[in-house]
Order: sequence, then C-alpha cells, then structure tokens
Amino acid sequence: MRVPIEWLYDYVEPHMDAFTLAQRLALTGTEVERVEHHGIVSADNFVVGQVLQREKHPDADRLNVCMVDIGGSAPTQIVCGAPNVAAGLKVAVAKPGAVMPDGTKLRKAKLRGMESEGMILSERELQISDEHNGIMSLPQELVPGTPLDEVLNVSTDVLVLEITPNRPDCLGIYGVAREVAATTGAQLKAAPWEQDPGTFGDLNGIEITLEAGHELCQRFTARIFDDVKLGESPLWMKARLMAAGQRPISNVVDITNYVMLLTGHPMHAFDYERIAGARLNVRRAHADEPVETLDGQTRKLDEQMLLIEDADGPTSIAGVMGGARSEVALTTTTVVSEAATWNGPNIHRTSLKLALRSEASSRYEKQLQPEQALWAQAVATKLYIEVCGASVRPGTLDLGGPGPGAQTIRLRDSRIEGLLGVAIPRDRTRRHLETIGFVTADAADGLDVSVPDFRRADITREADLIEEVARLDGVENLPATLPASRHAVGALTARQHQRRRAVDALVAQGLHEIVGWSFTGPEMAQKLRLTDAGRPVSLANPMSSEQSLLRTTLLGSLLDVAQRNRARGAETIRLFEAGAIYKPRQANDPDADGRPQEPHHLAALLSGPARPANWRDQNPPQVDFFAAKGALSGLFSALGVEWQLSSESQAFLHPGRSAAVRVNGEQVGWVGEIHPNVAAEWELSQTVAAFEINLDAVAVKSATIYKDFASFPDLREDLAVVVSDAVSAEQIVALVKSAGSPLLAGAEVFDVYRDAQRLGDGNVSIAVRLTYRAADRTLTDSEVAAQRQRIINALEQQLDGKIRAGE
Amino acid sequence: MSISDKIIELQAAAEAAMAKASTTAALEDVRVEFLGRKAELPNLLRGVAELPPQERGAVGKAANEARKSLERQLDQKAGQLAVAELDTRLEQDRVDVTLPADPLPAIGRLHLITQTRREIEDVFIGLGYAIADGPEVETVYYNFDALNHDATHPARAWTDTFYISDDVLLRTHTSPMQVRSMELQKPPIYVIVPGRVYRRDSDITHTPQFHQIEGLAVDEGITLTDLKGTLLTFARAIFGPEREIRLRPHFFPFTEPSVEVDVSCFNCHNGVLDNGDRCGLCKGTAWIEILGSGMVDPNVLLHVKDNGYDPETVQGFAFGMGIERIAMLKHGVTDLRLFYDNDIRFLEQFA
Repeated sequence: MRVPIEWLYDYVEPHMDAFTLAQRLALTGTEVERVEHHGIVSADNFVVGQVLQREKHPDADRLNVCMVDIGGSAPTQIVCGAPNVAAGLKVAVAKPGAVMPDGTKLRKAKLRGMESEGMILSERELQISDEHNGIMSLPQELVPGTPLDEVLNVSTDVLVLEITPNRPDCLGIYGVAREVAATTGAQLKAAPWEQDPGTFGDLNGIEITLEAGHELCQRFTARIFDDVKLGESPLWMKARLMAAGQRPISNVVDITNYVMLLTGHPMHAFDYERIAGARLNVRRAHADEPVETLDGQTRKLDEQMLLIEDADGPTSIAGVMGGARSEVALTTTTVVSEAATWNGPNIHRTSLKLALRSEASSRYEKQLQPEQALWAQAVATKLYIEVCGASVRPGTLDLGGPGPGAQTIRLRDSRIEGLLGVAIPRDRTRRHLETIGFVTADAADGLDVSVPDFRRADITREADLIEEVARLDGVENLPATLPASRHAVGALTARQHQRRRAVDALVAQGLHEIVGWSFTGPEMAQKLRLTDAGRPVSLANPMSSEQSLLRTTLLGSLLDVAQRNRARGAETIRLFEAGAIYKPRQANDPDADGRPQEPHHLAALLSGPARPANWRDQNPPQVDFFAAKGALSGLFSALGVEWQLSSESQAFLHPGRSAAVRVNGEQVGWVGEIHPNVAAEWELSQTVAAFEINLDAVAVKSATIYKDFASFPDLREDLAVVVSDAVSAEQIVALVKSAGSPLLAGAEVFDVYRDAQRLGDGNVSIAVRLTYRAADRTLTDSEVAAQRQRIINALEQQLDGKIRAGE
Repeated sequence: MSISDKIIELQAAAEAAMAKASTTAALEDVRVEFLGRKAELPNLLRGVAELPPQERGAVGKAANEARKSLERQLDQKAGQLAVAELDTRLEQDRVDVTLPADPLPAIGRLHLITQTRREIEDVFIGLGYAIADGPEVETVYYNFDALNHDATHPARAWTDTFYISDDVLLRTHTSPMQVRSMELQKPPIYVIVPGRVYRRDSDITHTPQFHQIEGLAVDEGITLTDLKGTLLTFARAIFGPEREIRLRPHFFPFTEPSVEVDVSCFNCHNGVLDNGDRCGLCKGTAWIEILGSGMVDPNVLLHVKDNGYDPETVQGFAFGMGIERIAMLKHGVTDLRLFYDNDIRFLEQFA
C-alpha cells in the first residue's frame, strides 16, 4: 500500500517528517517497508510559465523557439520539441538549476545554435502520468512565475506500507490517516464520505438481481450518473494516482481507482448504454463458462465463481476483474457505478484459481464490510460531479443493506493488566480506543466497547481489544519480567543427550557436520541403485524435479557435498550429517494419517588420506573400510552401546568391503566402502568409506554401574593361529574369549599375516594378544598355561586352527 | 724383581693405560686387564698366602692399596667419560626446531546451524524449558487450522507451501508443535521446538528449507512483560549483555497481541559506525528484527481446552525465530546459501 504523504495530509496533519512518521507507525503496528519520494525532490526553479510567442527553430524542423513569461522582467527564451506547444498556453517550466526527478540537473543549453534557458515540461517529466507526446498544459487562471509546487502536487514522500491481513480498513488513505491520528495525537479530519451529494431510495433505469444470494454477495449498491464527459483526469488526481502506483487512464476509470485508494473499497464503472437490457444479474458461473475480461483475455470459470451478466450474457468476474463488453469508452455518457461487498474467501479462491490478482481482488479477499460500499459511492458521486461534470440520478440501488449492528465487548481493567503485565488507567484505555473509532461506555469493572463496522471482522473478543490498547499505549516501553513459575524444569531428555553425544563423538574424530537438503529427486535412487527401496514421499508441488521427493537416506547429500568439495580441491573429506529421513507408512499402520515416519539418522562419509600428510609422513594411507568402521566404533563407544557386524551388504556398497550394523541383533544400518561405480557417479575416484545408522533404533544406554577393577597385575601373552581365509577375525576372538573364560580379560587381534609358501595357500595367520586377570589373586604361570591350553584346544578343534610355534 | 716392585710397576702401567683410555669401552678394557679375574694384581693378592709370613702383611697391604687406588681412579674416569659421551650424543641428536610440528589430531566441527541451535537450546534449558521435536511432514490442521489461520491466509497457497496431499504438507514453521505439545502435556508447559521448516521460496535471501526454534510458555498469569523479559534474557545471552530489545506490534494469526522483536544493533552506535558511515547491519536504524512473538491467541488454546487449557484460567506466550538468521547476525555470514553449500572452508571456520 503506497501512501503519498501529500494526499494523507488532506485528512490528518501530524507535522513531522516522513521518517519520523514511519517510525511512529512501525511502533504501533503498521509496518513501513520503506519511505520513497515521488516527483521532484526540490521545488526550487520549477515555476508556472506562459508561452507568449512560438516560432519554428531556423535549423531544426521539429524544434520550436518560445518566448515564455516566467514572472521575470523580460520573457525567457526556451527551445521546446513538443508539437502541442502554442502561444497562450500556461505551462510548467524548469529553470536552469532545477533538479529533475531522475536526478539530472538542468543547465542553460544551446540547441542547434539557439539559446534555451530552461525546459517546458511534459507530465511524464514531472511523474504526473506517462504522457510524453506533448507538454503539460496548466489551468489558464495561474499566474506566471508562481512556484509550481504551490499550484500542483508535484512532490511528495510516499510511505510504502505492509498492511497485515487483519487490517483491510487500512487499505485506504483514510484508514491510514486514522492510524496516523491515533499514533501521533494529530486531529483526524472528517471522512471524505461524510458529505454525500447522492440520495437514497429507488433508482430508476436499471434492474439488478442477486441470483447468487447474500452469502456470496452481502451487499450490492449502484448509482447512475448522466452527462458524463469522458476525458482526462485533472492533474492533481493524476499526480496522486501516480504517486500511489496507479497509471491514469481516463477520468471515469481514474475515479474508481482514486475512490478505492482513498476508501479502501474497490468500485466498478459500467457504460450504461452497453449494459444489454439495462439489467444486471449476479450468479454463479457454469462449469467452464468463458468470460472475456478487461485485459482482453478469455477465462473459463467454475461453479464456485461469481459473475455479473446482462441480457447478453456475462460481463465481468465479480470482485476480480471487469469485462471487456461493458467497459467505459470514449462514447460513454451515462455510467452505472457499482460498489458491492463480496465474500472474501470466495474471491480469494477465484483469484487463486484463475491466477488473476487485481488491486480490487486483493482488497475484497480480506473481507470488506458492507458499510464501506456506500463510503465508496459517496466519494465517487462527489468526483463524478466535480471531475466529469456529471449529474447524479436520484436514488441508490441497495441490495443487502448494512451489516449487523455493532458488537459490544466488555473490556475488564483486570484482564488488561493480567495479559500485559502492567495496568493501564481506564481513561487512557478509553482514549486509545476512541481515537481509532471505538465507542466506549463505563462499566463496573472496565469498559463496554462498541466495535466500529470497519473493524467488525478483526475485533470480536476481549483479547482483540487488549491488543489495540497495548499497541497504542506503546509496547516498546513495557518493563521486562520473567514468569513466576515454580513448575518450569529445563533438561534434555535421555534421547536428546544421546543425539548430542553421538554427533560430538564424530566431531571428536575429526568429522565436520553438514546440513543437506531434505529434498531429493528420482535420479538419486538410480545413482544409488536403490531399485527396490519402495516409493519415497513425493511433493505435490515441488519447485523442481531434483527436489520433488523426500530423502530416504542421508548418503545422497553426503555424496553431493563430497563431490562439490573435491571439485573445489579438498583432499581430505570427513563429513557427517544427522537428521530425519522420510519413510511412507504402510496403509495398515494405525498411525497412518498421510504422514511418513521420520527416523533420526546419522551418517558419515570419509575419503582421502586417513591422516594429514607431514614432512615425516609424506604419504599417509588412504581411508578404507576400516576408517569408517573406526568412526562407527568411536560413535558406539561414546554411546556405550554393544554392536556387531553381519555380512549383509547394500547395492551401492563394495560387495567385499561392507557389512550390516547390528545392535541387540537388530539391523540398524550399514558400513562399507561405496561401490566404485556408484562413487564414479559423483566423480569420486578415490575410495569412499561411509556408514549410516538409524539412531532411533539404538536404545538409550541407562546409567553405567560401577564395576570393581582388579588391583592384581595382568598377565599378557601372544598367540598366533593359522586358519583358513574363510574364518573371520571376529570368530577367532569370540572363540578365544569363550574358551579363555574366566581368567581371560581381553583378546585383541594385533597382526594378520599371509604367506602361501609358509602357511599354505588360502590360509592366514592371525595373532591375538591375550590378557589374563583375576580379581582376587596374582595369577600363577601354571594357571595361565592351563587356560591357554583350553584356548588352543578350542581353536584347533572348532576352527581347524594350527598354533604357530615360537610365539 | 720383588713383589713390591711388581705391584708398583703394575700400578704405574695401569695408570698409564687408564690415561690413554678415551672412551667408556676402552676404560672398561683397562679395568678387565688390570683388575679382572685373570689380571696380575688380583693374582698377587690371591698368592699372598704362599709368601713367607713376615712378608705377607706388607705385600698384602701394598697390593690391596694399589687395587683400591686403581678402582677409585677408574670410577672417577668412568664418570668423566660418561658425561662427555652424553654431551656428544645429545649434540648429535640436535634437530631443526623450525620444522613443522606433528599434525594436530583431526577435530571436526558441528555445523553452524547446530552450534547456534544448541546455544539457543541451552539458554532456554537454563530458563526452565524442555525441548520437543516434532514431525516435519505435518497436517494442515496443526500447521494452519489449529493456529487460527483464515481459510484465505496467503501462506496456505500452493505457491507458498509444499504439499504432499490436500491435507498433508511440509511444515512452514515450528508452530504446529504448539498444539501438539499442549495435547501431550497439561499446563503448565514451557517448551522450545527446534527443527527444519519449509517454504516454497528460493532466492538470495530465501532457501526452501531452513530452521526455526519455537517457544511456548503457558501457565497461570503469564504476561506480555514476561515475554519481554524472557526474550531480553535470550537476546543478551546470544548477542551480549549490553543488548536491549524492542517490541513492535504486529499481526500473527495465532497470537494476540502479536509483537515483532528487535534487538539493539551490536555493530554500531545508534545506527552509525565508528568511522561515521551508516551501519549496514541495522541499515542505520539501530535495531535489528530477530523474531516474531505474542500472547497465545485464545482460539489456539480452545483447541486443547479439554486438556486443561481454558483461556480464562491459563495464558501464555509463543515466539518463533530463524536459526540461520540468528547465526548470520551473530557471525557476520552474509549469504544464506552458504549454510546449505557445506563447503569445508565454511564448515571448519566455526570453532
């Protein structure tokens, strides 16, 4: 909403600059986007002139040399290119030194050899309209030499306001004036609709029916104006329209726009002669019914949409856009002026469905009140008479009438204090409410407040009134207190602690957290070979195909980010992400309400050197499976969770270097090297190791219970066993641990050795470091030897192992 | 040669050899040669028993003294040599101390969004708030209807909000957790809700996905001044103890009264930088908008009236802030898109 200050001042004069005013408005609830300037910045050197003499330029066909009276002792010579410049015209003149609205400073000039001491201005040069075919002609009664800004509104600041959807009453200059009066204490002048030259009672000459009913059209009013002289609007009106962002078109159309900008209520003007059968009807459209609108397009309506028809069929889309057929034209002499109250949600729907928003529809959709229709008629009537020389026919057609009577709401003093935390004296409350149009009466515990019609939709409850009082009393001055509660307890839940601990464990291992998109596209599943992963959640209105689905894995964003960083030269890539993935629920899920499950996942990706290169370690090894396993191990260690690997793989992983991750026997994720062909899709040629787990599937560890640790010394020894390649290290350690019980306290693989000649083809030697310990005594060699023998027996018998001698 | 002469001669020879020994190893050879098992001097001592009795005392004494003297001198020389040899070895161990140090153990970073989120969470935990997580895929009911949004509210439009179906959408704010939380817990309730939210908007200042933190406090006697005090505490914890906040009336469908909250600019004095230029951060206004808030609208409470939220007996406030916005302000990040680009050179900056 653009509010030219110059126009605003017709109704309230706060006597402060635009920036101060903007600040006051902002602090009482009217958002000011910015303050702009329209027209000339300084009035200096802009004056009224009279063309005394006009002659052809001797050396230029299209130029004229004019002698212009600009109030000085002698006429001034000005070269002018406009075809319509003529002796006798009163014109606007910019003298040398004048600064034009675009910032250029005018100087004396020579045009084809002729001196020119200034410029005769067009409307466009003064930002009064887009007209630039000729110079602007001023009224004859003006006196040459008069400063231009004294006779014409050529310069104004403009407040660009953002009107919140609850305040359609502020979608007009007068509504804003009311707010300005309330926030500055300046006197609000009478509303422009208080003097209405029109009359009420029956209106002859037109028949109007409301087939659609009052639910969709609460009120429909019309007046008829005869002897309309269609033409250009006066300069002052054009200047205001331009400053408010509306291009002038013709006086009749300009009046409808001017009235809308002033009152906040849109209007429509029909050419009476072009209303077939002199009758209008408001009805719901038929399915696919076409209407040709003012912009020349034909639009197809549906049965929820309202149209206005005459005897020949539809003429306009009600509340959204007028029709081409009954538009006012140069021949128009009689105008039917319509102001109607449409159903806001219905107009909103129509405008959305047709993708057709107009200044009118954007006001109607916020639900205007029926009383406002007559505000518009009153102001329009005055303007049709003044501007178009029209006469108003007696009577006003009024279907529906005004809205319900004023609601009275009790506003308790105690409630104001209870909600705001500070008491406001009742007199002050009363004053605040009355400045914005409420009527108050004393009650025992507060005020009985009557809501003015233009706030009927917004103010229905005591809380709404308290907001009005609060904002006008100034919330910026409220004291700061804290809730006096004795109940508030702040703490992380065990699950929230687990999530923090999990990411902290990865950070401690040198991984950087990323935040990826929840969105993904269908090509991701292909690149990851997720052919049987089920249908992901898909958006009905995505912004692009690449963002049309919700992710089912965090791996995609990690690979995307790895690729981007690698392309930018990063060698060491150590990343993780924590966040939701989205899994559609089964139709028979009792919780299915159309929403997917959102398990909290944690995934990491590693590529590049396992540790930073250095002058003593110039070629550190590249990460592989065991780097990812190590990060995962660190994670579970921090969470205090026992975990295992099992042999299941994933289509996107290296088949020989991947595993499923299990906690309590349940599969919670995977770990492995990304299949080289998959990594190649992301242009990652080096080994990429990764894991992903569903953290929600990992039970939160309960408090750790202290276990006594032995103060007797450990006994350590090593044991190497040769087994078939098919035997896993984990199998060996598990067997050693069970056979070594109870004295064996630990078993750790420390060497893996293959040598076909010495060990035999397909065999591997695995060396394990054994730690024996007893809680109650120092172990003897013979005790340990016996235990060792049991371990050896188990390895030989159960895994066909051969103990290597001399270890 | 008498035995006594022999002793004197051996001692002199040993002393001469000792003087020539320049290393610990050579000195040890001297010790073995003159005092070892097979050396002459100890043999002389062992042979004393075979001497005539009148000679035994003098010879024994002389031989013993010679041995003790040699041992003392050997120990002394060995000490000297050890010190010299250590000095030499340490000198040989010299390194170029200007070479680079061993690399630091790798330390990662939490994403700036997570760091900021935690910082805010911790402030509110201190103020007695619990933290709740809510679904990102929401129903229209919780996202709009229960929050008192008109049927025509522009945010409902398919141009503004991502829909899965007519009734299910990607939440446009963390506010749907207001009613969800109150359904799960009777009053009083003090809760914050951090999380991802989505709006159908993508340009320099908007990403279709971003993060918010919602706050909700409903209890008996909660007031607008309590909201101000709470947010002032928050603003000072995050932006520094000198900060002030300013409430500006605004409109949100689910709060009444509604206020936007500005924090005093921490980059300038009254909108002006030290060098006299207009401050770019607050655009010369001295205030920076940080969040929207207000007193919970009675219509919202009516959705959970059966769970103890009668608007005549309890009331409260709610607020919502963008995590990225707070992080950008606090850390001087000028481009929102950096948060989702995840360039390692960005990630590793924020310790």
